[in-house]
Amino acid sequence: MKYIDEFRDGDIARKISARLAEEVQPERQYSFMEFCGGHTHAISRYGIAGMLPPNVRMVHGPGCPVCVLPIGRIDLAIKLALEFGVIVCTYGDTMRVPASNSLSLVKAKARGGDIRMVYSAADALEVARQNPEREVVFFAIGFETTTPPTALAIRDAQRAQLKNFSVLCCHVLTPSAITHILESPEVRQYGTVPIDGFVGPAHVSIVIGSQPYEHFSDEYRKPVVIAGFEPLDVMQAVLMLVRQVNEGRAEVENEFSRVVSRGGNLQAQALVSEIFELRTTFEWRGLGEVPYSALKIRPSYAQFDAECRFDLSYQPVADNKACECGAILRGVKKPTDCKIFGTVCTPENPVGSCMVSSEGACAAHYSYGRFRDIPVVVESI
Amino acid sequence: MSPVKKAYIRPLDIRHGCIDMGHGAGGRSAAQLIEELFLAAFDNEFLRQGNDGAVFAPPPLPAGARLVMATDGHVVSPLFFPGGDVGCLSVHGTVNDVAMSGAKPLYLTASFILEEGYPLADLKRIVDSMALAAREAGVPVITGDTKVVERGKGDGVFISTTGLGVVAPGVDIAGSNARPGDVVLLSGTIGEHGVAVLSQRESLEFETTIQSDTCALHTLVAAMLLAAPGDVRVLRDPTRGGLATTLNEVARQSRAGMMLEESAIPVLPEVDAACELLGLDPLYIANEGKLIAICAPEAADAVLAAMRAHPQGRAAARIGVVTEDAHHFVQMNTRFGGRRVVDWLSGEQLPRIC
Ligand code: SF4
Repeated sequence: MKYIDEFRDGDIARKISARLAEEVQPERQYSFMEFCGGHTHAISRYGIAGMLPPNVRMVHGPGCPVCVLPIGRIDLAIKLALEFGVIVCTYGDTMRVPASNSLSLVKAKARGGDIRMVYSAADALEVARQNPEREVVFFAIGFETTTPPTALAIRDAQRAQLKNFSVLCCHVLTPSAITHILESPEVRQYGTVPIDGFVGPAHVSIVIGSQPYEHFSDEYRKPVVIAGFEPLDVMQAVLMLVRQVNEGRAEVENEFSRVVSRGGNLQAQALVSEIFELRTTFEWRGLGEVPYSALKIRPSYAQFDAECRFDLSYQPVADNKACECGAILRGVKKPTDCKIFGTVCTPENPVGSCMVSSEGACAAHYSYGRFRDIPVVVESI
Repeated sequence: MSPVKKAYIRPLDIRHGCIDMGHGAGGRSAAQLIEELFLAAFDNEFLRQGNDGAVFAPPPLPAGARLVMATDGHVVSPLFFPGGDVGCLSVHGTVNDVAMSGAKPLYLTASFILEEGYPLADLKRIVDSMALAAREAGVPVITGDTKVVERGKGDGVFISTTGLGVVAPGVDIAGSNARPGDVVLLSGTIGEHGVAVLSQRESLEFETTIQSDTCALHTLVAAMLLAAPGDVRVLRDPTRGGLATTLNEVARQSRAGMMLEESAIPVLPEVDAACELLGLDPLYIANEGKLIAICAPEAADAVLAAMRAHPQGRAAARIGVVTEDAHHFVQMNTRFGGRRVVDWLSGEQLPRIC
């Protein structure tokens, strides 16, 4: 595949791996957080962790939109389907996230809820057009990447004067989550956040640009390298981060300059701010309440806001007490430090947010990396 | 042929007609459906007897031979997909289940659950495709059943098939037979069936030339067994759950581990591209015409050569080895140079959102 295979070349990977081994200072520990689930996915799927020097540790951040969706929000979507008889449309990987009362959207569907998997916000709009006699709600989740398409759907619905379409908006914001990881009250309780730098999001940055991260390099002295989702992008970013740490620099660097600019996509930003405004606070699964970290639909578009339209009120649902997600998402603990990792909490039966999608820290370790906890002798064929 | 004079019965209107509740009620219209559609397509001496069951003499079995029976329900959406349909799939699936025991398949049975309102023309296409598949495989459908469910209570057509086959003496194939050091072989490229079906799903239609790989694999199996009698230990067709899930099942049954080489696993570039687009992993995508074989290391070359000499095994490859591993991990050296676990699929594989 052109434009893809170039970024998966094993020979180049081995060269970067060798370069990293040369450049890391043996007495130093390096911890880098990849914020995005896309990076976690690449690290797991290509086995990158094993190609890094032992003193470089990757911490999987909260950047999987499915993982950070709080239970109470899924409960709202289920309520819409089962109690209000609404057609709920949502992205596929949201369907399996566990909600209250051992339900999930998949299970609610089995109980008769009209819940449909769509591939885009525009598909949800189409469902509304085809079912004029039914209420259709798009359960919108995701970071800055999926926000513009939702905004577009709302604007189109308004232009077409659709009466039966609304959005349950759960869009969240990357920079506020990073800030929260660096300075929330929990962080003070842990004493310190052992994170030396960030691999910055790829697709999110196409929309918002690299500028919003400058705050982290200036204010918190943490280097940020924005990287694409291909495995070579990730390795290159780690090398760039190691160099910044070694040289005592803290800058925003852009490994993904083939698509990310400093200002981002201004047109998309304008559309988003026309439709959405900041929520003062929003609950994240695993992180708790994070101030100014999510979007809601502006009052001028209230008729497309499912929360207003159906007069929904949010009920937080507490995570399991044994769950260590908060500490894991901040790099303070590793998945295996959680007492219920791999026993009570597994991908089939996730207890905490990190186990929910394969991009969560615990699920990624469970599905792709658990052999490293238990050394097994193997030869090559 | 029915004893009723032709002139008194209006033939089935296959072009415009639909299934109605009467077709499942066991009365005249049911008999007519069976006769004009199913019998006409599957025609063989057993079906012609018109009894509730097929009565036949057991095949002459040499000492030490054993019988295999396998049964499988076929539900696929959409019912027609590039490269096949639920009809031929229902033959291939069960023939392959029988063949994966190292058996020669002999007979099939078929049970149809039809939804009221389903067009007879489409049903005929399915039945014809099924009959053709059975004829090509040399495995006749010798008895069957038809039921009709109310509109809305079925997805058009469900087909269950059962197959009967014979395992020759000395052939011992089972998922629990893999031993450390054994070689894992794969008969060809993976993921075509799953991607072909996905490409037709509502709201996901994408342009692709990928065809399902659905086919009957028993002659390939026969050639492999001939090449290395006694040394093929495990055969499996990686259908639902794909290659990854199948290998995990075998690892667990055999209480062993596996080490795969990603670069050795053949995937068509079109399948790779479609998976990339949808955020899916070809290792977990369904196949309907591929098999994995685990065999003794000394026999691997002979088995591989036999596979490659067969039209269904031309792209066969050696993809890994069985390892000693109390945790039954299936691991993989990635093409990129790293190593990872190839885990069981949890739930259904769903496209990623970002
Ligand atoms: S293992 Fe489960 S409960 Fe424990 S931290 Fe991970 S996700 Fe949370």
